[in-house]
Amino acid sequence: MTVRLMDVARIIRSKNSGPFELTLDVIFKDRPTFILFRDKELINTALIARLYGVDEKDVSSVIWFDPADAVKATLRRPIPSGAPGDTDIYGAQQHGPLLELQWEL
Amino acid sequence: MPKDEFRVLSPTAILGYGFPEDSFKAGLNRKPQVIAVDAGSSDPGPYYLGSGKSFTDRAFVKRDLRFMLLGGIQLGVPVIVGSAGGSGAEPHLEWCRDIILEIAKEENLSFTMAVIPSDVSKETVRQALRNGNIESLPYVPPLTEEALDQTTHIVAQLGVEPLIGALKQGVDVVLAGRCYDPANFAALPILRGYDEALAIHMGKILECGAIAATPGSGSDCVLGTLGEDSFTLEALNPARRFTKESTAAHTLYEKSDPYHLPGPGGILDLRNCAFQDHRDGRVTVSGSRHTTTHPYKVKLEGARLIGFRTVSFAGIRDPILIAHIDSVLEKVRAQVFSMNKNQRGQVYFHVYGKNGVMGKAEIRLSQKAGADPYELGLIIEAVAPTKEEADTLAGITRSTLLHYGYEGRIATAGNLAFPFSPSDTSMGAVYEFSLYHLMGIDDPVTFPQSPKRRIEKIYRGRVEQ
Repeated sequence: MTVRLMDVARIIRSKNSGPFELTLDVIFKDRPTFILFRDKELINTALIARLYGVDEKDVSSVIWFDPADAVKATLRRPIPSGAPGDTDIYGAQQHGPLLELQWEL
Repeated sequence: MPKDEFRVLSPTAILGYGFPEDSFKAGLNRKPQVIAVDAGSSDPGPYYLGSGKSFTDRAFVKRDLRFMLLGGIQLGVPVIVGSAGGSGAEPHLEWCRDIILEIAKEENLSFTMAVIPSDVSKETVRQALRNGNIESLPYVPPLTEEALDQTTHIVAQLGVEPLIGALKQGVDVVLAGRCYDPANFAALPILRGYDEALAIHMGKILECGAIAATPGSGSDCVLGTLGEDSFTLEALNPARRFTKESTAAHTLYEKSDPYHLPGPGGILDLRNCAFQDHRDGRVTVSGSRHTTTHPYKVKLEGARLIGFRTVSFAGIRDPILIAHIDSVLEKVRAQVFSMNKNQRGQVYFHVYGKNGVMGKAEIRLSQKAGADPYELGLIIEAVAPTKEEADTLAGITRSTLLHYGYEGRIATAGNLAFPFSPSDTSMGAVYEFSLYHLMGIDDPVTFPQSPKRRIEKIYRGRVEQ
């Protein structure tokens, strides 16, 4: 069946982690889904790099956080916060691509 | 280790964001031993640190501070304000000090106040750079002496040590420059002998006001109660509650690794943290650890002026232009620069309705999904070394685009719908972050050395000389 991230997550968000990094959080609605995603590593460096059009070396980490049933991915900001050409100073509206993710499970 | 509990009142996520008066009164009724607030952030971008201006509103900073000062004096407990004025450099600190003195005068208040600047001199940083004592954070370019010379204000995120130094002298108010956010909340409990890890972790949550509660809010009060081996959080507005989920989720917020939180002189280790939900709106957290790092490192922040910005706003409703917008904008850009070979600066087009928010990373661009939008919002942004050049660049780009004869054009009277006259506006100076690096220091209590670190006595609203 098709599983859409939007349907299994209760929070999907983006935010600066300092002016040079963007961090993405996905918090799952329930623990079994979190464990399924975590054990299959459905969210991973290659996926984030592809989704955000960056090199894999620019994805600094993907961390599964058990206490919150969450996964966090952090990547290099294409343009540091507030530098010319930036489009989102706080990085708070960069979660859109995650909303489109789906898997056949 | 003290046996009694230690209560910390956090009124709001950022000084000047406001809070309901009832929540604050409920907080005072719980007899907190300190009232602390984080007054700043680097989130609003480099302009504020670079220019010495605050991103927070003066009237609301004054409103929040009045409640806090009166509350602190009423209870006889310290009031701590860190990252004063939003960015914590000297002009920000003075701006916030002026507001405090204004309130003191209006309310006829008497108190002592420690003023702790966080500015680091260029010479100190230059020496550290030459000695190999400056470290880039992830994805931050290495610091150069040129970037250092161009930086307008350099601040260090201070830890608890200088705040503790001031509190040891029994001051009523601590007004500090840039601080590691949790330090404002953790300093007094650490001085009183409470566990450093728990105090810092509690501060990490309190610094965001009620953002970690549910429903979350950056404009509401929270009480943190520190015990021997745990701390408990509760919202002071009956409309909000802390839950295990809301608290654990907040641990992820705006940081890259939720298990290891580096700060001045140490790392908070949350791998063994446990969150206990009391199911009455309170959550107790335990198991936080703190490891000190040697040498003691502080994070430096700085910004430099890189030019001036002029923008022009317009809407586009023509479907033929919308279908070819990217190629038209590129041709317009080329024509603008070809008309004046000496034109300095850059033009950026923000095309809202297409990829104004995500730029090149916009996933829908490659999906070719659906039809073109029926209208677009456009910001023409020109950044150039002087204001005059930025004005010229924005103006010429606007007029060129307005009458540009693109292929297939049938609306030959004009390509842009301007909502305003004047259509262009100067946004002033443009800064970029030039410093976001770690520096090792010797003594976290006295760093950064400053003749302006002082204790002031305010008697009936006047500073005593």
